[in-house]
Amino acid sequence: MTTSVAFEKARAEGRAALVGYLPAGYPSVDGSIAALTAMVAAGVDIVEVGLPYSDPLIDGPVIQSAVDAALRAGTTTTDVLRVVEAVAATEAPAVVMSYWNPLDRYGAAAFARDLAAAGGAGVITPDLTPDADDTWLPAAREHGLDTVFLVAPSSTPERIAMTTAACRGFVYATSVMGVTGTREQVGDAAAGLVERTKATTDLPVAVGLGVSTAAQATEIAAYADGVVVGSAFVRRLLDAADPAAGVAAVAELAADLAAGVRER
Amino acid sequence: MDTMPDHGHVLATGHEDRPGRFGPYGGRYVPEALIAALDELDREYTAARHDPAFQAELTHLLTTYTGRPTPITEAARFGEQAAHGARILLKREDLNHTGSHKINNVLGQALLTRRIGKQRVIAETGAGQHGVATATAAALMGLECVIYMGEEDTRRQALNVARMELLGATVVPVKTGSRTLKDAINEALRDWVTNVATTNYVFGTVAGPHPFPTLVRDLQRIIGVEARQQVLELTGRLPDAVAACVGGGSNAIGIFHAFIDDADVALHGFEAGGDGVATGRHAATITAGSPGVLHGARSYLLQDDMGQTIESHSISAGLDYPGVGPEHSWLKDSGRAAYEPVDDADAMEAFRLLCRTEGIIPAIESSHALAGARRLGERLGPDATILVNLSGRGDKDVDTAAKWFGIMDESGEVQA
Repeated sequence: MTTSVAFEKARAEGRAALVGYLPAGYPSVDGSIAALTAMVAAGVDIVEVGLPYSDPLIDGPVIQSAVDAALRAGTTTTDVLRVVEAVAATEAPAVVMSYWNPLDRYGAAAFARDLAAAGGAGVITPDLTPDADDTWLPAAREHGLDTVFLVAPSSTPERIAMTTAACRGFVYATSVMGVTGTREQVGDAAAGLVERTKATTDLPVAVGLGVSTAAQATEIAAYADGVVVGSAFVRRLLDAADPAAGVAAVAELAADLAAGVRER
Repeated sequence: MDTMPDHGHVLATGHEDRPGRFGPYGGRYVPEALIAALDELDREYTAARHDPAFQAELTHLLTTYTGRPTPITEAARFGEQAAHGARILLKREDLNHTGSHKINNVLGQALLTRRIGKQRVIAETGAGQHGVATATAAALMGLECVIYMGEEDTRRQALNVARMELLGATVVPVKTGSRTLKDAINEALRDWVTNVATTNYVFGTVAGPHPFPTLVRDLQRIIGVEARQQVLELTGRLPDAVAACVGGGSNAIGIFHAFIDDADVALHGFEAGGDGVATGRHAATITAGSPGVLHGARSYLLQDDMGQTIESHSISAGLDYPGVGPEHSWLKDSGRAAYEPVDDADAMEAFRLLCRTEGIIPAIESSHALAGARRLGERLGPDATILVNLSGRGDKDVDTAAKWFGIMDESGEVQA
């Protein structure tokens, strides 16, 4: 399934789509597959598979520690593609969330080819803006992959327009100025940013950063097409007594959040 | 004085449509959230470099506060006894207020911060020299200051931690990754993304996203501008070679830049070889690395097959960085400058020799350039004139050096 179909399906049901993130390779490669597929079974519409990176500069401590562990355990880019393949075999589209250097090192064209072959839907690039590099967009287009770039509360109207013009699939709006991690409040800036973003594009706009509860999901679903949850899922795995308990906790949160995006 | 020239030397990059590119290197690989702040900094800097009032204020501070121009010292005994008789001229950046070249950059960026109207500055630091300089400028201009420093470095450079705190800065020990400079930059960038509305990031070296490599270079360029004139006055000609240590590369770019058009002047950068490049425990980014993206710019870096950054190692906290400024990568590829490693042992031997022959205790960072000058002396012979950037003084390194030479044991007890 593509992300567009997933967003359309949610829209047809009169609700926002739920997007869930976990890094590949934590607590193990198979463990991350188990958690991500459980997430889908419990109601997540679109899955973000994190590609572990040594210098994750917009991730807070929760994602950093899981990613560090995944790297210490030897998780490779090939492992990430295997996780994507397993998730893509479920009902939900899988996009990769990756900092630029691991993709650059793999080769933009090679990564696009191999991700498409694994059934991946696209890539979210948190530290790559559309104007930063010439290699990614053509490679992604050639293989029919979604290119999801971020817009931020600090983005000018010109930059939002430039960014959404390069996006395919959906647009990722960061709710607050900051790094990933759960927050009590999702910023007031988010609704305004979604409005400014929608003024430039017909693509769905998903809101992420800091979302952890069903109530927050409900609040965001009122004005956005998608709600992205990351650190809260990772926290469930980090706190679990064993991998099976982690998978159960992730599924429980996914079910909560899925109810949240359906609440009005 | 040509402090911040209207026409900073621009290399023919073939990427003029993309500011901040040095050939294929440089650029801006950062989260969208930071773009507005980088654009603002670029805009204010562009305006400031054409503003006579800004130039005058910076020059005034560099003269009356920092102590510029720094002198050239002829190191005759070092040349004779340690560098095969070559004529060694030291550019004395160690005599700057706060003890290194870092203050040149920081004063300019602190003035820019005030011009932008922000009240808080953050910075990363490795050896602590950039942190001390930033804390100093923040105290001078009444700015709140937070310094990110790897926990490993806070231990190696405890004296500088105390100096920063005395100056009113908050030092945050960074406990992620290798707990050194690389991770301090990650943490400072995370702070910046969060607090960008109120905070300016005073970046310490010629790496990072545009405009930092250009901005920091232009602020450090005064080292070479002064030295070129001073060497001409002293010797009647240009030096045969210029030597500098390279971590991120700010002191090296600072002294190289004014000589780039002087084709007969060889430019030599000396990277930290740590335990030896063959051991894998080193920080010789250009020598042993490959092009990729780290901390917002494309440049050489130490990375594995997956594009994960490899931790660097050096006795010198200030050179212990797995990246390097993009302009150095371009100078390397274009052949205009040459880079080679100096391992810990060679650097410390040069450190010892300068202490004993000239009565100058150099920073361990700068000792890599001194070791390089010894090699150049051997290659070029006694007729050669070699200009060395003595980028910092070694007060902060006394503890490390005393242990290295067995003057103190690991507990800090002085050995009889």
